[in-house]
This record gives sequence, structure tokens and C-alpha cells, in this order.
Amino acid sequence: MNEGGNVKSVCMDEREIDRSLTRIAHQILEANKGAGNIALVGIVTRGDLLAKRLAERIGAIEGVEVPLGRLDISLYRDDFATYFSPEVHSTQIPFDIDGKTIVLVDDVLFTGRTIRAALDALMDIGRPACVQLAVLVDRGHRQLPIRADFVGKNVPSSLEENVRLFLDEVDGVSAVEILSLAPGDRAHAAPIGEKEGE
Amino acid sequence: MALMLKNARVIDPQVDLDEVCDVLIRDGRVVEVGHDLQMPKGVERDLTGKILVPGLVDIHVHLRDPGQEQKEDITSGTRAAAHGGFTTVACMPNTTPTIDNAQIVEYVKSRAAEVGKCRVEVVGACTQGLRGETLSEMGDMARHGACAFTDDGRGVQDSGMMRRTMDYAKQFDRVVMSHCQDEGLVGAGQVNEGAASTRLGLLGWPAAGEEIQIGRDIAVCRLTGCPLHIQHLSTARGLDMVRAAKAEGLPVTCEVTPHHMFLCEDDITGAYDTSFKVNPPLRTREDCQALIEGVVDGTVDAIVTDHAPHCKFEKDREFELAPFGMTGIETSLGLVITNLVKKGVIDWNRLVELMAVNPRRIIRAERVAVEPGSVADFTVIDPDVQWTVRVEDFLSKAQNSAFIGTELVGRATDVYVGGYATMEEGAIVE
Amino acid sequence: MAFNHRHLIDLSEYSAEDITLILDIAERFREVNERRIKKVPTLKGYTVVNMFNEPSTRTRSSFEIAEKRLSCDTLNFGGSSTSTVKGESLLDTVRTLCSYKIDLIVVRDKHAGVPYQVAQASGVPVIDAGDGKHQHPTQALLDLYTMRKRFGAIEGLHVGIVGDIGHSRVCGSLIPALKTMGAEVTVIGPPTLMPAMPELLGADHVTSDFDAALPQLDVVYMLRIQRERLEGAPFPSLREYNLLFGLTREREKLMKPDAIVCHPGPLNRGVELDDYMADHLERSEILDQVYAGVLVRMASLYLLLGGTDHGVDA
Repeated sequence: MNEGGNVKSVCMDEREIDRSLTRIAHQILEANKGAGNIALVGIVTRGDLLAKRLAERIGAIEGVEVPLGRLDISLYRDDFATYFSPEVHSTQIPFDIDGKTIVLVDDVLFTGRTIRAALDALMDIGRPACVQLAVLVDRGHRQLPIRADFVGKNVPSSLEENVRLFLDEVDGVSAVEILSLAPGDRAHAAPIGEKEGE
Repeated sequence: MALMLKNARVIDPQVDLDEVCDVLIRDGRVVEVGHDLQMPKGVERDLTGKILVPGLVDIHVHLRDPGQEQKEDITSGTRAAAHGGFTTVACMPNTTPTIDNAQIVEYVKSRAAEVGKCRVEVVGACTQGLRGETLSEMGDMARHGACAFTDDGRGVQDSGMMRRTMDYAKQFDRVVMSHCQDEGLVGAGQVNEGAASTRLGLLGWPAAGEEIQIGRDIAVCRLTGCPLHIQHLSTARGLDMVRAAKAEGLPVTCEVTPHHMFLCEDDITGAYDTSFKVNPPLRTREDCQALIEGVVDGTVDAIVTDHAPHCKFEKDREFELAPFGMTGIETSLGLVITNLVKKGVIDWNRLVELMAVNPRRIIRAERVAVEPGSVADFTVIDPDVQWTVRVEDFLSKAQNSAFIGTELVGRATDVYVGGYATMEEGAIVE
Repeated sequence: MAFNHRHLIDLSEYSAEDITLILDIAERFREVNERRIKKVPTLKGYTVVNMFNEPSTRTRSSFEIAEKRLSCDTLNFGGSSTSTVKGESLLDTVRTLCSYKIDLIVVRDKHAGVPYQVAQASGVPVIDAGDGKHQHPTQALLDLYTMRKRFGAIEGLHVGIVGDIGHSRVCGSLIPALKTMGAEVTVIGPPTLMPAMPELLGADHVTSDFDAALPQLDVVYMLRIQRERLEGAPFPSLREYNLLFGLTREREKLMKPDAIVCHPGPLNRGVELDDYMADHLERSEILDQVYAGVLVRMASLYLLLGGTDHGVDA
């Protein structure tokens, strides 16, 4: 059963996701004049997978290995007191971020609160020269002054909808879906492997 | 003044009576027992459906007066006793100061005569200040009415001192009541040693700490010939020792409390409810069963409460720092009816022996029977009323009962002391 | 995944899943503790009272570090500053503290059962930091963490606990938790230091023969001889205790090749352990246990305060 509500439409399929990631990889390289000082940091639980795909593409284009890390923001959330999930994933950033250009990667940019938490988490780990943001989907409704540097697709959505990314690696299928939100639910990422249960 | 108690089922094994009849009382004594009695004038009470028995006696009560009146005093303690159905209580000497001389015996008796709602018999201390060092003036106390002697709360630790106590006491025809607790073995023990001490991480109070002194005191009884009464007996083996001593013909009696029969160490949970902290501690389920068997087979002579009132603030604290003891005088009869009589374990006759006849004998009190000439101390029981133990209903100053919330059947409704009502239809007569 | 406990008092109420969750989250906090900035803002705005009614150095400092690394505000309370010294009852003190709108109380007391009583009186989550001879759940959790870290799993391990079993609050939590996690437990010590019914705690074997038990053990858990808590003298001398129950270089020959040594601290060198065993590079996990203490305490605070919407407006 899909706790996120009924699927209203599929706004990106697997091929579109692939094409967007390839384009973003090129844009990142273009904006930073190559892969020299950049490192990718994906936000768990889907951004880290997107970051991995981006790193592969950048590697294929430039022939270099881009440092790749994953960032868990559960210890930095601003809604700890009201929406608590005991799940804590791990942060793994196996390189020094000081002085680097960090490209934060997330699946869906919505209120901006996740990115705010991610920035705080990143600053506790080190002092990057610059932080850029790459997202697959920007669905609008920002509550904080945050914008993405690289966007796969702008998807206008209403607050009664949830926009979710599913990825082959964990969900068995890759797609961005718009789902109707059941009353009382709030928009958030799909639990890992949810698609497999359907 | 005449009083006619009509239509109660009158039960008194002393006179082999168990039938519905009338009891006529004049000037504090029974005049006539029979059917369809008449009197020219006086008060008549219809007790249809009730049971009338010789007044109940609790020979192990802490009235806390003098000196600890914040816990209980003679006024509140005797009101609670009447409320529980008792016509007489024997109070323990571990007051402040200790009841170890005739002046304090006189104080308690005169205060009880003034404000008491039941008769109060005084048990004097065996040794001065309960210190176990010097004999107290037992002779003087006996002359002023002390009914027995004990160092309850502590026990006489030294065997030589116990021998002196019993040797000396026997000349007064008084029993020595023994609180059996070997301090060396018990130390700072809090709960029964075994499952409870292991589970709760509390120091153990081993059964052996009680049994070793029961054994010793029986031996001293054999040596001295002084009558011995084992207080608040709690273990199966301790009871076996008393059984053997009785078979041998020694003048040994013993008492048990409702809490040692109806609660066990397993009832002390991780909530560390200090109401369950008693001395001796709640023992095993098997011990409870053995005590009940002793009640049935006659090894146990008396049911007492060891009514031990404490202030709420004294009990509302760390388990290891809270004082030992629970109240009981207002729940005892209901617990015994519910758990023993209603379940067919004992009959009403046995209840009367355990709670009226034998206790009087042990404290050398005048016989009370439902027969002409007897003092008119009677307890009237509604055997079928269902009630719940509630803090708000206690007349004791204290609330430290582990039975709060328990559903019971049967309680005293009317109590007469010397022909005067101290309680009528559940309300204390002021 | 759900965590349905309000307090951490009686570890025997925790399932294997609950304990595993705590250990997993503790593992997550290891990463935080290895950063340059060893602090996350997770519990910002929460006030935690450390109520230590008896002396404690390591447990108290471990809790305080755990709280600070989670950004809690902490109030240390106890010792000679307590109101109980002035005659106030413990529970009145707790009620007074609660008037400050605190969020959690960590309690250490020399009397068994106090954490439960504090929980009743306060209405806020309570962590038992050791109560009398009863329980010490966070110590047990850090021990489990250490064992799991070393062996990968706790199930199937044979753990021997040596020493003053009867007076040990560590045993009150550790033995039931080891049983919950599927370990085999042997308690070893002189009969004078055994509780009345060790099997009730979950001990599979009880013995006074250390040398016979030692070759079977994966974990040799040496308890501190708590001299301050021994009524009378349960053994003739420290020398004889060391002779019979001390873990020495000589006795190490009886140990399995990969067996480890744990100790809840503080150490009595020369009594429970000699210097060689205490400082043994491969076998001694004693300092890792101390580190694990911060991790499991962070995990416990995180889980007990999670989802509590008092104290902080999200």
C-alpha cells in the first residue's frame, strides 16, 4: 500500500531522469570550469543515489573521479519535536571538504528546510569554498530564501500534492510521480523500497 | 439501661451457639440469651441478617501514643479499631518514650478511658528503652494493668537477656511476646531474601533470620517455663517449630497477620511501593499457604494486624529509607472473611476463636461470651456487604495500606463495648 | 521501526529490536564524535537535569558530554548542593525541579527504585544512571555495544561476569539484556558475593571456579570490588580475592585466543585485574567501553526525547 496517496501523474520517466542528469552533469562542469575542485554530496535517502549517478556521468565526461559523499540531516532537522522517526542514517564524507566547491544533491526541492539543515550539517564538518545545489525536481513552495543552481525539471504542484522520486537502485523502478496527499499527511520522501511492496 | 439485640445470627464456639436469637443486656452485662425475648423498656436493635460474635480483639497494634501522634494517637487509633470491628486492642510499647514503666502504662490507660472507642490493653516493654540491656519494671507495670511484655519492633537480641526476661516475667502470669529478628543475620534487610531481593536489588531479610530466633525462644521457653507468644510469624518453617513445640506441650502460642497470609514477595513490583515494606517482610507464596494451613489446623492461635501507621511523607520516599509497616485494623476482618470464610477455608466459629477467644486468653483478658453474666462486648458483622478499601474511609490517621483498592466482602457494622455502642451501622458513635 | 519507551529504567522491558535500535543509533553517533565539531543541534532547547544523588565521575561526565554534543541545556544537581541535605524529601526536590519545565531527568541514586519514583513524581522521561544494587541500563548498553563492535553480534557469545554479582547494579541490567540478545551467561565469584537467586536475573551457570570457566568465555567481564558497599567482609583479604578471582597474566593462558576483557570501571588494579591485563592491547576493551558510553547515552537521549513536543516549538 502506498501511504503517499493516489498517483495522479508520472511527470518524469526513467529516460527523462537520465537525460536531466546528463544535462546537469554538463552544467556543473561548465559552471565550475571542469571537475578540478568539485565534490558531490548527496542528501540521504535519494539524493545520495542521484549524486552517485552524477559522479559517474562527470567521470565519464572528464575522465576523473569526483569525490563523493553522503549527508544525513536527521540530526539537524527543525521538526525533531513533532515529526520524529527513530531512523538515523549515516553521514559518510570520506574527504576533506575545506576549500572545496561542494555540490549538494537532492531529489525534490520543496520548502527549502532540508537544504537549510544540510547547509548546517555541512558547516559542522568543514569550511567549503562554495556550496551549490543540484536537484532533480523543483516543485516550488519555498519557505526559506533558498534556490537551486541546477534543476532537472520545474514541476508546478499544489500543497495538496506530494512529488516523489523513485529510483531503480532501491525502489526497483525509476520515475518522478505526483501523488495526492491524504488529509493530515505531509509531503516527504518515500521510504526506501516502498515501490517493491506494491 | 437495657439493650436488646434482636434477630442476629449469634455465633460463639465457647458456648456452642450458632443460631438466630436475641441478646438482652443490662448495665453492661448479658442478662439473657434466647428467642423472642421481651423487655419492659430500653433500646431495641433489629439485627436481622447480621452475625453477632464476642467482641473482636487485636493483640498487636501500634497506637503510637505517646510521642508519635503525627502517625496515630489513642483517639484516632481506637476509632479506627472500632471501625474495623474491634472491642479491644493491645498496644505495643515502642512509643516515645517507651512504655517501660507504670507511669506510661497509666497514661495510656487513662487516655484510652477518656477518649478511646475501644478497650486498650497495654503491652509493656521487656527491657528498658527496648535496648535489650536492663529489665524493665515488669512487676510494677503488671500491677498497673500491663497485659503482656514484648520488645516488639526489635526483639531481644541476646539469648542470656531473653532468658532473664522470661525467667523474671513468668512470676506475673504474663506471656512474653517475641518479635523474632536476628539482627546479625538480617542486617539492613529490606525484603524477603530470594526472588524479591534479587529482582529488586535490595538487601535480603532471610527467613532464617526469623526462624533462628523462633527456635531460640522456644528453647528458652522450655528452659524457663514462661509462656511464649511468637509475634507476626511469617515463614512455613517457623510455623513448623511452633507446631512441634505445642505437640511437646510447651506454653507456646503464635499470631499471623492478614498481610503475611494474603500478600507475598511477588506483589512487590518495580514500582517499589513502600506500602508493601513490612517487618518481617512479605514471604513466598508457599509461606502464605503454610500460614493459612496453620490457621486451619489450629497451630496459629490468633490473627492480628500489626497495625503500623506512618505519615504519608514518611512512606512517600526511597524504599530503603521508608519505615517498615502497614496499617490493618480497618481491613483485617474484611480480608479474613473474604479470603478465608467465604472461600470455605475456615468457618465462622474458627474466625471467632482466632480473632476474639484466643487473643483474650493470650493477654489474660476477662472471658467474653454470649452467655448470661458476660461483659457485653460484641461485634456485629454484615457478612455479605461488598465494599472497596478506600483511603477516604479510613479513620486511622495513616494511609499506608497495601490493600487500597481491594474488593472485600463482609465487615463490622455495629460494635458494643460494655453494652454501649461504639459503632452503629458503620458510623462511630460520638 | 518504532520506539515505544518513555523511560530507560528497566532494561528487561526492552526487546532485542529495541536494544538493536539503540546500538545502531549509537553507531551513527560515532561519526559525530569523530568530527572536528563534535556537536549537532538535534536537542537544542531541551533541558536535561543530571540528578546524581551519590558520587559518580564517569557516568556523570559521560552523560554530560552526550547531552552537550546533542546541544541540550544541562543542569547538574546533587552532592552537597542538594536540598535533601537541608531536609527536603527527594520527591519534593523532583517536583521543584519540574517547575522549571525540564524535559528529561537522568537519575543516579544509592537507593534501588528511585528512578521509577522520580518518573512517577516528575512526569518527564527518566534515564536510570544507576540505582542502588538494582539496575544500570546505560552501562549494560555500552557493554553490549562494545561486544557487538568487537564480535559483530552478541547472539551466541559466552559472557562470564566475575566478582561481586550480588551488589552489582551492572548485573541487574546486563544479565537480562545479554539473555535478550541471545548470549550465554556465567556468573563467577565467591558464594558470599552472589545474589540469593542469580538464575532469576538470567544467569545460565553459577560457579566459584574461575579457572574452570575461563576457557569457555568470549567475554571476561570483571566487576569492580565495591568496597564501599560491602557489609561485613565477604572475603578474607584482597590478596586472596586476587588469588581466586583476579584476572592475571598467568590466568590469561586459559583464555580463548580472541576473548576480550571488559570492566565497568573504575579499576582496582591488582585486585580484579593486574596491570598487564588492564592495559592489554588486543584484549582490553576498557577504554572502548568508556567511549561507547557517550555513544549509547546520546542514542538514549535522542530516542527518549524524539517526538516529545514539549519544551520546543518546531
